[in-house]
Amino acid sequence: MTITALDRPGGPSPAGTDLAVMADGLVKTFGEQRAVDGVDLAVRPGEIFGVLGPNGAGKTTMLRMLATLLKIDGGHAEIFGVDVAREPHVIRQLVGVTGQYASVDEILTARENLWLFGRLQGIASKRARRIAEDLLAQFGLQDAADKPIAHFSGGMRRRLDLAASLITRPPLIFLDEPTTGLDPRTRGQMWETIRGLVADGCTVLLTTQYLDEADQLADRIAVIDHGRKVAEGTPDELKTAVGDSTLQLLLSDPDSVPAAAAVVRRILGSDPVLSPELGRLNVALEQADLAADVLIALRDSGVSIASMNVAKPSLDEVFLALTGHGTEEEENR
Amino acid sequence: MTTTLAPATRGRDRAATARRTVSTSETVSQTMTMAWRSLKNMRRQPEQFFDVVLQPLIFTAMFAYIFGGAVSGSVEDYLPLMIPGIVAQTVLTTCMVTGTKLREDMEKGVFDRFKSLPMARIAPLAGPMVADLSRYTIASVLTFATGILMGYRPGGGFTGVTAAILLSIFTGWALAWIFTWIGTIARSAQAVQGISMLILFPLTFLSNAFVPVDTLPSWLAAFVRVNPVSHLVTAARDLANHGTVSSAVFWTLLAGVIVIAIFAPLSVSSYKRRHV
Repeated sequence: MTITALDRPGGPSPAGTDLAVMADGLVKTFGEQRAVDGVDLAVRPGEIFGVLGPNGAGKTTMLRMLATLLKIDGGHAEIFGVDVAREPHVIRQLVGVTGQYASVDEILTARENLWLFGRLQGIASKRARRIAEDLLAQFGLQDAADKPIAHFSGGMRRRLDLAASLITRPPLIFLDEPTTGLDPRTRGQMWETIRGLVADGCTVLLTTQYLDEADQLADRIAVIDHGRKVAEGTPDELKTAVGDSTLQLLLSDPDSVPAAAAVVRRILGSDPVLSPELGRLNVALEQADLAADVLIALRDSGVSIASMNVAKPSLDEVFLALTGHGTEEEENR
Repeated sequence: MTTTLAPATRGRDRAATARRTVSTSETVSQTMTMAWRSLKNMRRQPEQFFDVVLQPLIFTAMFAYIFGGAVSGSVEDYLPLMIPGIVAQTVLTTCMVTGTKLREDMEKGVFDRFKSLPMARIAPLAGPMVADLSRYTIASVLTFATGILMGYRPGGGFTGVTAAILLSIFTGWALAWIFTWIGTIARSAQAVQGISMLILFPLTFLSNAFVPVDTLPSWLAAFVRVNPVSHLVTAARDLANHGTVSSAVFWTLLAGVIVIAIFAPLSVSSYKRRHV
């Protein structure tokens, strides 16, 4: 193997200055609201670091501050040892940013877009054309290379957007919700591409609202809620906190929710998430097998079930486990 | 050596070799690249040229036949007075479009990428303005051409007319910085248009563009005499009609330089501060 393997995550934690991203107490306020409220981050070179959280948690705001797109209101951030607030021009040479909404030019073709962004970064015209060609091939966009972006599908746009971030092969890539709104197949392709970046020696910082995405991709995850970091660890560590899977029960009679909750608590010793008005109840399981124990106990106590399902824990359950409350959407439902 | 550098080394090396500032030649090259983008845009949406093609034709004919008899006794006698005025007016209206288009453009996602790139902050503003030189050129050439078709015979000849056109283009480009600045501070493209109209109408009509200054009440004449548009109109008249370079040329150029010196830095700093 190449020396890439040397500082892959899992090894000893590198010293402070060797971090790809170091954020210390980052704060961003919009009027009264503290969108990001004292977040610390330590991203090691060569890893995929996931920032997980619901809509409005402050993930994008944090990423935009680190990418010099937003002013840092408080705290301190460094990227490869360079101060983000003090040397934005240098930071912009180190980071490739792929936004939540494709930031490519609608009026140009895919090929023209890549050429334009290459030229703007000081690459000579001929070389910019060659890089564009290579990236179009790498991202499977040759056939659409000369079509206006307006005719592109969501997946093609995302791919072009990511390609545009890679023109100068920056050592650090920011991906803001790279697969939100993509169909499952395209999503899987995007995951492959992201893994490929790291194999090439990039460091990736991505945000996502999907637990499975963070689980699939990230070496380490920080969970963000209301602008604060509520947990950090490897996907396995987080899942242990939440349980392996979730039992979802729909009761025949919504009024039997309290009775069912009592049974669940007795068998599993943990609190379920209740939606009494819907007659629904979700609970984390340490092992999927425990579902059978719950079902038997429910039948014994005369609670009738309309349907049941054992699934991977959702972001809601992660949040409940980590913060004691669900995501905003769950609360508003 | 391996082809794949360790991620940490790669990051540190890149940080060490990164450029600390944008050089002038980089700024020029980036501005020209942005101008290329705007020209592509114009070529793909040729309806953007409607105003600069139609306005000179319609305004020239309309103003000549409406005011010609009243102001100068006949259309032919009015043309030498009016054509340079129409050129100034058309170029100013064209500037306004510069600001409106920029505002619209800045709302697009691609501006996020421009901001995230290590490029001169002035390039996304100056690039479209360089491309707009084509619009000023079309507008002023067409105005003179329409005038000549209607019987205007500029005494300054080809050289005088060319000089008048070049001066108008420069002034248009300089004044466009005011509208670019408005584009960077206004909340919407419509707001840009509204604010621009408020500036534009007094500037063009409270000038000597369409009427001789001595017909005006003294308080109004005082404003008209200091209005930079009046200097442009006087300078363009002297160049096109007599082939003479009068002091108005100097005042026009000076006003243009002052406007750029004030509004270019203002535009860049408000563009930097703006977080879409």
